[in-house]
Amino acid sequence: MEYSYSFLILLLPFLSFLVLGLCGMKMKEKVAFGIGTTVLGVLWCLSLYTAYEYFFAVGRDAAGLYPTVTAFNLTWLDFGKAPLFGTELIFNIGFRLTPISVMMLVVITTVSFMVHIYSLGYMAERDEEYRVEGYEKGFQRFYAFLSLFTMSMLGLVVATNIFQMYLFWELVGVCSYLLIGFYYPKHAAVHASKKAFIVTRFADLFFLIGILFYSYYVGTFNFDLNADPTIANRLPMAVNILPVALFLMFIGGAGKSAMFPLHIWLPDAMEGPTPVSALIHAATMVVAGVFQVASLMPIWLKYAPNTLHYVAYIAAFTAFYAAAVACTQRDIKRGLAFSTISQIAYMLVALGVCSAVEGEGSVGYMASMFHLFTHAMFKALLFLCSGAIIVIIGSNFKDYMGGLHKYMPITNWCFFFACLCISGIPPFSGFFSKDEIVAACFHFSPFLGWFMTLVSGMTAFYMFRLYYVIFWGKSYYEADPENRRKPQEVPAIMWGPLVFLCIVGCLCGLIPFGHFVSLDGHAEDIAIQTFAIWTWPSVAWVSIVVAIIGIGLATWMYKSGENPVPDMLKRRMPKLHEAALQRFYIDDAWQFFTHKIVFGLFSKPIAWFDRRVIDGTFNFLAWGTQTAGETIRPWQSGDVRQYAAWFITGTVALTLVLLCIL
Amino acid sequence: MNIDYSQFLNMIPEVTLTALLVIVFIADFCTARKPGDEPRKWFNPLVCILMTAHLLFNMSTTETATAFSGMYYTNATVGVIKTILAFGTLIVLIQSREWMNRLDTTFKEGEFYMLVVSTLLGMNMMVSANHFLLFFLGLEMASVPMACLVGLDKYRHQSAEAAAKFILTATFSSGVMLFGISFIYGATGTLYFDDIVSKISATPMIIMGMVFFFSGLGFKISLVPFHFWTADTYQGAPTTVTGYLSVVSKGAAAFALAAILMKVFAPVVMYWQNLLFIVVVLSITVANLFAIRQSDLKRFMAFSSISQAGYIVLSIVGNNSMSVTALSFYVLIYVVANMAVFTVISSIEEHNNGVVDMESYNGLYTTNPKLAFLMTLALFSLGGIPPFAGMFSKFFVFMAAVKGMSVDTQIGAMAYGVVFIALINTVISLYYYLLIVKAMYIKHNDKPLPTFTSAVSTKLALAICTLGVVAFGLCSFVYGWINAAAA
Repeated sequence: MEYSYSFLILLLPFLSFLVLGLCGMKMKEKVAFGIGTTVLGVLWCLSLYTAYEYFFAVGRDAAGLYPTVTAFNLTWLDFGKAPLFGTELIFNIGFRLTPISVMMLVVITTVSFMVHIYSLGYMAERDEEYRVEGYEKGFQRFYAFLSLFTMSMLGLVVATNIFQMYLFWELVGVCSYLLIGFYYPKHAAVHASKKAFIVTRFADLFFLIGILFYSYYVGTFNFDLNADPTIANRLPMAVNILPVALFLMFIGGAGKSAMFPLHIWLPDAMEGPTPVSALIHAATMVVAGVFQVASLMPIWLKYAPNTLHYVAYIAAFTAFYAAAVACTQRDIKRGLAFSTISQIAYMLVALGVCSAVEGEGSVGYMASMFHLFTHAMFKALLFLCSGAIIVIIGSNFKDYMGGLHKYMPITNWCFFFACLCISGIPPFSGFFSKDEIVAACFHFSPFLGWFMTLVSGMTAFYMFRLYYVIFWGKSYYEADPENRRKPQEVPAIMWGPLVFLCIVGCLCGLIPFGHFVSLDGHAEDIAIQTFAIWTWPSVAWVSIVVAIIGIGLATWMYKSGENPVPDMLKRRMPKLHEAALQRFYIDDAWQFFTHKIVFGLFSKPIAWFDRRVIDGTFNFLAWGTQTAGETIRPWQSGDVRQYAAWFITGTVALTLVLLCIL
Repeated sequence: MNIDYSQFLNMIPEVTLTALLVIVFIADFCTARKPGDEPRKWFNPLVCILMTAHLLFNMSTTETATAFSGMYYTNATVGVIKTILAFGTLIVLIQSREWMNRLDTTFKEGEFYMLVVSTLLGMNMMVSANHFLLFFLGLEMASVPMACLVGLDKYRHQSAEAAAKFILTATFSSGVMLFGISFIYGATGTLYFDDIVSKISATPMIIMGMVFFFSGLGFKISLVPFHFWTADTYQGAPTTVTGYLSVVSKGAAAFALAAILMKVFAPVVMYWQNLLFIVVVLSITVANLFAIRQSDLKRFMAFSSISQAGYIVLSIVGNNSMSVTALSFYVLIYVVANMAVFTVISSIEEHNNGVVDMESYNGLYTTNPKLAFLMTLALFSLGGIPPFAGMFSKFFVFMAAVKGMSVDTQIGAMAYGVVFIALINTVISLYYYLLIVKAMYIKHNDKPLPTFTSAVSTKLALAICTLGVVAFGLCSFVYGWINAAAA
């Protein structure tokens, strides 16, 4: 059977998690690293092979489409014909291959594999001369969680139904919580992990409600409504509720993908180890929301096309907002986090502007998936670079950096290329994917197109600002070389993955992506060229010019580190700068909302009710139970004759009761 | 008289068990030990391997078949419940090694195994019976060796007392039960299950016979008000035997009860449903009330097991296709969870000079964290906390109880009411299960039990049980396997 090995893709990382989680503490760190990394290496090969088999060896079916293949689909819980549900209620766990899930397999395993290798260097304890002295406490735990995360994320993308997706969705949430809070003695890490978990869990509540609506009215958990003939007669009834259900599910996705105003957890999540930020909070988990919307895209287009555009507006605002905040951040990882929010918003904008299953209205879908792919590579690269810098500098703040290009040449070049990718300079990957998105936006509405072009200019600006303040400008070390550690390049175990991701990240834009992934399944070679520059050259030229302006501005302002303009701007507009630095007070707004409004108006009365009425009831129950227990104690006397008497009394009493009442 | 010996081929599980019994007897006979002799290290593994072989050999789906002019009956569901019983017995056998290899008990080792296997044989006959006489024989065959097991530690006062109480009350209940059976015979003129069902109607005589018969089985399952022996016997019996008594013996009787009520007493279903409503509510509630106040852990587990018996029987209330599946699944989960608890209890008893009061568990976490953790998992499962197996089994039982019932009918409303009461009692039961967890983790103890290492066999038993507690619920094929057999 084809893809008969696919169960290994879920089983191997789970086994690795069990082994590392249960016996990790008895292993040497290197052994744990070996197990985790070997498993990931095997997974990587399996995923690449799956992609090869899916796209090339098997290829398109007779209709010219890449078929949806269900490698296996096990019944997990079968409730049969459940009361209230109408149709059969069955929960399946399976493995489903579509073009986008195959693409996600490759993305997840590639980044995860690189992160596994890289972490050996990152999680080491180093002395003054950067020599490895030992490994951080909980090193094995770290690898166990990474394995669990990889398993959950793979399970999410190959889900055969929404319920399976939700299960693994919650699992990745748990992994994210565990890994953000990896340094649990640190207060900030504990707070960040709690915040991430509560915010995303709050959003997931809507996802769950959406699933319940969807499954209750449609009568299935499937992604594909055409596959099941039994639900056809239910659909007319469900049409009115489907937009609501889909939008509720999107709120869940917005939580995971950090859309405004649910984005507040992602910047704080940077308290976790940097490889985790690269894997979970840049490349994989945070795009789960995008993946979810993309998986449900045919249903969105058919039953809720207008609601879909709200997704685009929310995402467009998020993209702008996050880019504005990113311009002022002093912590490099938080700067990258806002950049991630902005870029994910790009993907969702592209999905939101889809208006048809085929033709130009569908190009957003392909563009979004393409950007997801390229962004995963170069954003993971950016995070791993920042991790390398943090290992050497020992801090996240830009004030301790500057002038590093002399000391860390490889990291410098990797970061530089990644910045070119994200800014959209041809021939680097970001140009192609982002340009498709902007082109799709122009097709939808010129205003949105110009708006996203503006944001892409801002992207170029803030990325190069970050680049210059880290690698150029005034060097922190050179200001006082006697007392400060001299920076140096990271070891090969760390720069190896950087270089690999850099090559992949720069070149992956040349993949004819539309050939593999498109909304209607047909190759988009003819209708719309993969290289947007051929179809909408004007869009491409505009973006290049805007990107170059952004880069030029950043170069002028930050390259030397002595240009007075940034400080001047800061002094001229202190309120705006402060507001941007404080993320426009969204966190405070949530704080106000939860503490004053939710706690004050709802929680306090409920707490009163809980303490007085609910607790009272249970205390009464407890008191009643205790008293009754005391009262009937003598029954259990230990006297066999008495037991026999009770026995026969009971039997006769039961007989009499039955004969009298019936 | 000619007997068609090929009939034995229809009762392979009983044949293999008898063979096992003979092998154990010969092995014990040839290498008998006197008190104080060195233990036989090979004996326990031998018995466990034979039991595993018996289990695996009979695990494949059983065909529907009868033997001995229809007295003996078997089908796929019966095969499954026999497998579950054998599985429970296997855990008991593995777990008994530590106890049986002590210098003061080793001479009784063969005796113990033989008694255990013969009770299992009796239970197998009981669940396979298609005739009241064979059923009664099976029941007694499971009962009499059980009394010997309870009194295995005969020079200990408590054990002897427990055995005496057990045998006296068992005799009494057997008498009541035979009285009931004779009523049914008097009314219908036959003892074959298949014949009775066509001749039965809701006359007072039949109802009386049914209730009297029910009370005899209620004694085995220890339902209120037939439960009084339970606490004293559980407390006095050797801990391993208590474990055996609480899971395997109870599971067999519950299954037999379900089969007979649903098959033989089908025409008077209204009556026994009402009977079960009363008995289930009483069992769960009264047992919970008693359990809260116990300080001896074995006595505590006795009341816990009465309450669990209520849940087991609750699944029959629905009288539908799911009942037997839910019951078998509940028994299976109950086997692993309860055996995990009893393995921990007996392991601690071995290292605590035979004391099993709850105070010994204070601060157990500080010295024996792994044991405390496994105990916690098992207790969570018994209490029904997700994602452990106990939650799934309770869920299926509740579902079976109300499946197909409408709140508009009187019976349906009663069923929903009983399930509601059972749910409230689940909360109460959580309270007392968590009392032990609290003792282990939170309560301070100046002299906690010193750290000890359990024997390999104990660890193995615990590993199997914990695997079951964690995985049997989540891995749906376990439920699917039982369901497929019932379908």
